[in-house]
Amino acid sequence: MTLHIDTSEDGTASLAARALRNRSFIIGLAVTIIVILMALVSFLWTPYDVTVLVIADKQQPPSAAHWFGTDHFGRDILSMIMVGARNSIAVALIAVGIGMGVGVPLGCLAAARGGLLDEAVMRLNDLVFAFPALLSAVMITAVFGPGAINSVIAIGIFNVPVFARVARAGALAIWPREFILAARAAGKGATLITVEHILPNIATLLMVQGTIQFALGILAEAGLSYVGLGAQPPMPSWGRMLFDAQTRMATAPWMAIFPGIAIAVTVLGLNLLGDGISDIIDPKSRRRG
Amino acid sequence: MKPSASLLEIEGLKLDIGGQPVLKGVDLSVASGETVALVGESGSGKSMTALTVMQLLPQAARTSGRVTFDGIDILSATEDQMCALRGDDVGMVFQEPMTALNPVKTIGEQVAEGIRWHTGANRADAEALARRMLDRVGLPAAKFPLARYPHELSGGQRQRVVIAIACALKPKLLIADEPTTALDVVLQQQILELLRSLVAESRMGLLLISHDLAVVADMSDRITVLKGGEVMEAGETVRVLSGQVHPYTRQLALASMHVPKRSVPAVARSAVANRVFPEASRLPIADLPTAESSLLDVQSVSRLYPGRRLSLVRRDTPVHAVDDVSFTIASGQSVALVGRSGCGKSTLARMVLALDRPTSGEIRFRGETITGRSETELKSARRDMQVVFQDPYGSFDPRQKVERLVAEPLHLLAKKPARAERREMVAHALEEVGLSPRDMEKYPHEFSGGQRQRLSIARAVITRPKLVVADEPVSALDVSIRAQILDLFAELNGKLGVAYLFITHDLTVARAITDDVLVMDEGRIVEHGRTGDVLGHPQSQAARALVAAAPDLHRALARRMQEQG
Repeated sequence: MTLHIDTSEDGTASLAARALRNRSFIIGLAVTIIVILMALVSFLWTPYDVTVLVIADKQQPPSAAHWFGTDHFGRDILSMIMVGARNSIAVALIAVGIGMGVGVPLGCLAAARGGLLDEAVMRLNDLVFAFPALLSAVMITAVFGPGAINSVIAIGIFNVPVFARVARAGALAIWPREFILAARAAGKGATLITVEHILPNIATLLMVQGTIQFALGILAEAGLSYVGLGAQPPMPSWGRMLFDAQTRMATAPWMAIFPGIAIAVTVLGLNLLGDGISDIIDPKSRRRG
Repeated sequence: MKPSASLLEIEGLKLDIGGQPVLKGVDLSVASGETVALVGESGSGKSMTALTVMQLLPQAARTSGRVTFDGIDILSATEDQMCALRGDDVGMVFQEPMTALNPVKTIGEQVAEGIRWHTGANRADAEALARRMLDRVGLPAAKFPLARYPHELSGGQRQRVVIAIACALKPKLLIADEPTTALDVVLQQQILELLRSLVAESRMGLLLISHDLAVVADMSDRITVLKGGEVMEAGETVRVLSGQVHPYTRQLALASMHVPKRSVPAVARSAVANRVFPEASRLPIADLPTAESSLLDVQSVSRLYPGRRLSLVRRDTPVHAVDDVSFTIASGQSVALVGRSGCGKSTLARMVLALDRPTSGEIRFRGETITGRSETELKSARRDMQVVFQDPYGSFDPRQKVERLVAEPLHLLAKKPARAERREMVAHALEEVGLSPRDMEKYPHEFSGGQRQRLSIARAVITRPKLVVADEPVSALDVSIRAQILDLFAELNGKLGVAYLFITHDLTVARAITDDVLVMDEGRIVEHGRTGDVLGHPQSQAARALVAAAPDLHRALARRMQEQG
């Protein structure tokens, strides 16, 4: 009898309405879509071919012909950012996929079984967590050789404990609820209950964490390619572009500025999206916005 | 008690939230030293009235009318003025003691917090005052030092802490919103007693919000009956409740004493009364009556929980949640298991449902042992044994539609029904509990509490079980809804011949629909017999305490009338 006034609670309709009213969700979604579109368009068309070096045009400042200027080999920076987006998104997305694919089942298992298994899984997670992610990624790529695939695996491994923890915490909060007890009284086993009741109820939680890990993945990929362990030339990548620009900051600042903006805007957009989603799902978190 | 000038005055209060009218002109006044009850069913606007007085309404709320407290116009007061009032001159006690305290702060800090904030007292003084207050509400220093955390206290003790926080600064007005609804009858009586003595001691006004007429009859000087945001009737408690002039008041009073008509199936009538063997362990097995005739046979079942970890290797002695309990239930028989909260009722129910394993003892269902069986072996037993839970909000997965929710136990059938057949079965079950087959496409949040409890019952009867275990199935419902649900239980008992194990602390429920009653106390069954006999002439101390504490409208009114002469 305490507070039971959820004004207009009917499912999807109000969810969509809340989404449209949520500014960070809209901005975040717009930025994310633009970045993804940019990556997709780059498959079909870019202003200039990024594999062709035109030394005559090297280090041109931004102009009508080259909006973002050119680099030290005369390649168009805008084209390189577009192509680089592909790499960043693919690496981050697959890394999130690995993290979710391994982490969520692990977390759910730990929550469902409890006891020693729970301890074992979570302490193993702690072990992975204890290593600084980027440092270990450097180690992995150093051992198995640099390249996009190895950096995906390295970043993915460090997403596993994050998702395992979030899934476990979410699942633990659902397990003692009465509808789980009712499902058990209906003879359903732990696996079936997890698939039918636990996962749908923690899906939103995982989605929010997914966008955050996606943003972190993009940063990590940029970090790895900056130190030369990510995607290898001639494939352009945002981190590598920053590295190339570093020594030419004084003469050609646009070489650093535009890839930097690309990274910052993408990460910001994804974070806004994650914030937006969590606000929409749980409007209580921002009553006093 | 002669009320002096009014402390709280509400005139023509209108409130709408997001365009929806919630209160439509409520008038109410509370004087110093007076207890005024605000009665109504859920959604009648009781809590909203209280929140208006505290100015703790949600942001989309618009109010009009006049609310004055001690000369201050509440509706136009600033947030700063309200902050000075709340917790100082006006205290509030909430319904749910489990969530009303901050789990990471000690009880001492929480009581002292308000004192320091409002009076600017230093820590030592505030803590001394907090200590006195906790002593006053019945939490003495020896057993309840200030450094206790909320999770170390029981529900009743936490509610005492909440009351201590609310009353620490001797408020002029205390608002108690269903302060005892979440507690068992014995605790309820203690908490009400405490509130009554606090009111008498410091002459504060008490605005008591409740849906329980028996509680109100006992506690309040005046009563205001709300329905749909409008005042139905107001006046002196005894006059209003004994006269029952207004039809709605009469309806509430009747519902609160409702006893469903039962057509008891023949099997249950002839069934042997419960055989309970407290000394079962001492009897030779041959002397025990054969279990063939009974549906459920629980034999000296115990459940131990490991004690608190004292150090790395040492543990406290284990807690006996259920201690050597034996009883049987025959087909079609309706048995109540009554006891205070924490007495082991729910643990016992879980073991009967094979959701928890007994530490020792044996449970037989339809003659087969169900203890220590694997999930596959239990399948056929589970088909005949279903459950209805207390909380109509928590017992459904919010993300599934009714069709899937109600069909969940069909998972147990040997042959899974096809989709069309499944829909048919769900539709039938929904009709049986008085809902429409069209409700299949809805989500649980589209239903009211009473309707959800109907859904819960539909889910329980869809496999045509022989036994339904109901864990406090009506204690979260309003009186009139409660009466309807009890009727439904009685009807299904007659129609389908289902046996019930009803777990409750509410004796009216036990009286209304059960043949036999088991009284449980500290894990043991201390008394058993026909419901009427046990509740009419309780023998054991536990049963006597329950009967004495149970609020009863007639008794309370008779007593009040006698007092007033």
